[in-house]
Amino acid sequence: MIIRLLLALALLPGLTAPAAAQGAAPAPSPEIATAITEVASSEAAVQEAAAVALGKTGDRKVLPLLEALREGSVYVRPLPGGKKETVIVGDKVNEGEKTLVPLFTAYGREPILGPDGKPLLVEVGKLEEVSTGRSLRIAIRPLIDAFSGQSQLTDPDWTVRQAAAVKMGNAGDAGALPALTEALAKEKDRWVRYALEEAVALIQLKSGSEVERTRAAGTLGSLGSQDAIDRLRDVARDSASSDQLRGAAGDAVKRIERWALLTQTMQILFQGLSLSSILLLMALGLAIVFGLMGVINMAHGELMALGAYTTYVTQTWFQDHAAGSIEYYFVVSLPLAFLVSGTAGFALERGVIRFLYGRPLETLLLTWGVSLMIQQGLRLWFGAANVDVLSPKWLSGGIPVMIGVVLPYNRLFIIGLATAAVAAMYFLLFRTDAGLRVRAVTQNRGMAACLGVRSRRVDALTFALGAGLAGLAGCALTQIGNVGPELGQNYIVDSFMVVVTGGVGKLLGTILAAVGIGGLNKIIEPGLGAVFGKVGILVLVILFIQRRPSGLFAAKGRYADS
Amino acid sequence: MRTRERWAFLAVAAVLVVVLPTLNALPAGSPLRVSDFTLNLFGKFLTYAILALGIDLIWGYAGVLSLGHGVFFGLGAYAMGMHLMLEIGAKGVYQNVLPDFMVWNRVTELPLFWKPFYSAWFTLLAVVLVPGLFAAVFGFLTFRSRIRGVYFSIITQALALCAWLTFNRNAMNLGGTNGLSGFKTMFGFPLNSPGTQRGLYVVTALFLCGAYLLCRWIVRSPAGKVLVAIRDSETRVLFCGYSPAAFKMFVFTVSAVLAGLAGALYVGQVGIITPARIGVLPSIEMIIWVAVGGRGTLIGPVVGAFGVNWLQSLLTTHYPDLWILVLGGMFVTVVLFFPDGVVGTAQKLMARFARVGAPLQAPAPSEPAETAELTPR
Repeated sequence: MIIRLLLALALLPGLTAPAAAQGAAPAPSPEIATAITEVASSEAAVQEAAAVALGKTGDRKVLPLLEALREGSVYVRPLPGGKKETVIVGDKVNEGEKTLVPLFTAYGREPILGPDGKPLLVEVGKLEEVSTGRSLRIAIRPLIDAFSGQSQLTDPDWTVRQAAAVKMGNAGDAGALPALTEALAKEKDRWVRYALEEAVALIQLKSGSEVERTRAAGTLGSLGSQDAIDRLRDVARDSASSDQLRGAAGDAVKRIERWALLTQTMQILFQGLSLSSILLLMALGLAIVFGLMGVINMAHGELMALGAYTTYVTQTWFQDHAAGSIEYYFVVSLPLAFLVSGTAGFALERGVIRFLYGRPLETLLLTWGVSLMIQQGLRLWFGAANVDVLSPKWLSGGIPVMIGVVLPYNRLFIIGLATAAVAAMYFLLFRTDAGLRVRAVTQNRGMAACLGVRSRRVDALTFALGAGLAGLAGCALTQIGNVGPELGQNYIVDSFMVVVTGGVGKLLGTILAAVGIGGLNKIIEPGLGAVFGKVGILVLVILFIQRRPSGLFAAKGRYADS
Repeated sequence: MRTRERWAFLAVAAVLVVVLPTLNALPAGSPLRVSDFTLNLFGKFLTYAILALGIDLIWGYAGVLSLGHGVFFGLGAYAMGMHLMLEIGAKGVYQNVLPDFMVWNRVTELPLFWKPFYSAWFTLLAVVLVPGLFAAVFGFLTFRSRIRGVYFSIITQALALCAWLTFNRNAMNLGGTNGLSGFKTMFGFPLNSPGTQRGLYVVTALFLCGAYLLCRWIVRSPAGKVLVAIRDSETRVLFCGYSPAAFKMFVFTVSAVLAGLAGALYVGQVGIITPARIGVLPSIEMIIWVAVGGRGTLIGPVVGAFGVNWLQSLLTTHYPDLWILVLGGMFVTVVLFFPDGVVGTAQKLMARFARVGAPLQAPAPSEPAETAELTPR
């Protein structure tokens, strides 16, 4: 609405008939007109009463006046004939020695035009300032909030409408009821309708008649409203209310609790799936390299951090050079992170790891050393503090699937990315010649080499691929966590667990292990806490590999063991 | 021992046990005097050397890379630390018989598992038994099911992470992130007096000598030969009728006990133990001491523990940012260019030039056959 006003302002100079423009402004109703005059009163009590009266009207055209009152830009202009008019002043303009201000009407904040058809500029000294005390400003605040809430109820973005409804419901101001019911009648989106119904019921529960309250309690119960549960408990306990109301409130509490149990289960399952997909994304690269070369890459976490910092650098570049398309930086950074980490992995393999084949423990120590160096390098280059990586708009927010369960887009994105990565790996390994060679070297390096597979090249490229996957994982992690030099350390031990549990040679083992560990982690976390949850997972993994020492799917036959 | 080796051992032991403390006991201002600070630093290094000997036993000889030895070190250190905490009594900041951090955390009664630590004898026993039993159980579970190589390393690393997380929790009543500190006396001796510190140092040095002799005895015994055989080809040892799991469990336990002893001696001299000393990074740092010094030799880990930590204390005072880079570089360089470490390389060079008698050393740590055949080299 303010934007529309500004637009109107910008268009005004082009209007040839200023009088017509002024005439188009509708006159306020008598009550509002009185209140506008009284707001300029020198008596605080009168001012406040007038402001509240203005707020109660619900007329949006008085909102600018209320806002101006809070900012202290309301003045009184003497009119010819001894009359006075309340006006809003705009930004100051200096003209020589004089300080001039443009004037706007108190009702609707239309510019007041001078006789020449241009906006009227008046010296500040000729106006009388309306003093606004602290108590007045405090009284005005909720009025403005109510107005903004009401205007948000008609916002084109459904999340804004929903948030406004929730906020109004929690505020519990009976004055908002008409606006809510009006919005409810027009609303089409079911999630906003839900929020509106909840808000109406919450307000009615607070300030309605006995019958209304009983009905509201029933509505809240059937809505499964989490926000209402405390209030309903209070109502059920309140001895002043009727048995009927208390009974209704008690029933509603029970229904909400049942519903909450269901939503919590859904949340835990989804969180488990989300953690699983993160672990999968990380463990995929590790597992392929481990299967092929028997090498556990301790620098995997740092390759992820490289991917995450690549995302950060891309974002900074976009901010500096292409601020207009900042929303799409993430699309660019995904392949970039893959490339940067993949190149680093390739260099690592060609540079050092290839000298250590057949010595897995040494490789483990070496990659650990590399990881320390990358970590410290990042710390020295970017600083030890976390850097800010923004979420693009299209990844913030989420899809509500049922009442109380919202699936955030960023988590869904990671689940999708992990699925895509797995699908791509399956395709690569089982449907392409390169994949055939990778599998051949994994099964029997010597034989594959004899048959003309360049096993060293396969190693280097596979290592680079695994590192690239780490980069992708790092890029994805920027959307859900902090980006710092220790980024890789948070999940890395878990993803090693996934590799160990999943065993080598089969992607399915890695997938199952990731889903199992991620899911179990989230399932036992609420009961045991995050720390003992982790300990519990370790114990379970140790017990599990009692039965299957080489993981879920061990290599079989004569190459399984010496 | 051969005569030359015996003399060398006695000379080093004499320097560590007798000469250094005597020099420290000289009156202040004497040009030859070793300062209290230096002696204390040496004492700390000696505890690290004991720990490194234990790691060498399991890694250098049995070929099992444990990335969780910080846990055993921590168990010993915390056991001793708990006794020292209780010895403070009501002399703490809050004048309460409970340790200060418990008062701070509003714990009103001493948790049950703290109570036995009032007894000094129990504590001394716990320093050995807690890490030993824990290692025995952990080793039983892992070695029995033939978890080895990289798998074992990863599991022990997860163990270090879990221990670190657990000890960091305030709810464990072990001081949380701040650990145990503020000790006043040890078995009645005031910890801040130079005399007590000197005594502790001598005890540590004696323990190091004892640990060295114990390890030497183990690796030279028939069991030691089996350990080396396990390192080189576990499957063949199994086929010969030995139980590699039992040997590994034994040596893992010995190694953990040494780590626990080192931890207990460490607490008295450094005066603080926090979870930061037992996590993933410190556990793997211990490995680099052994790798730099030379695994598969018994002098190597001692040299490595001294050398690396001395370098660390130098670098962290002058170039704190560089230390991690140097540490990482050390991993890379040692693994790539000096797989035998300083001592191993020196012995090889000496053997090449002198061509007299093989040095006192287990066969160079080559890789197990099962993985070696994967590589056409």
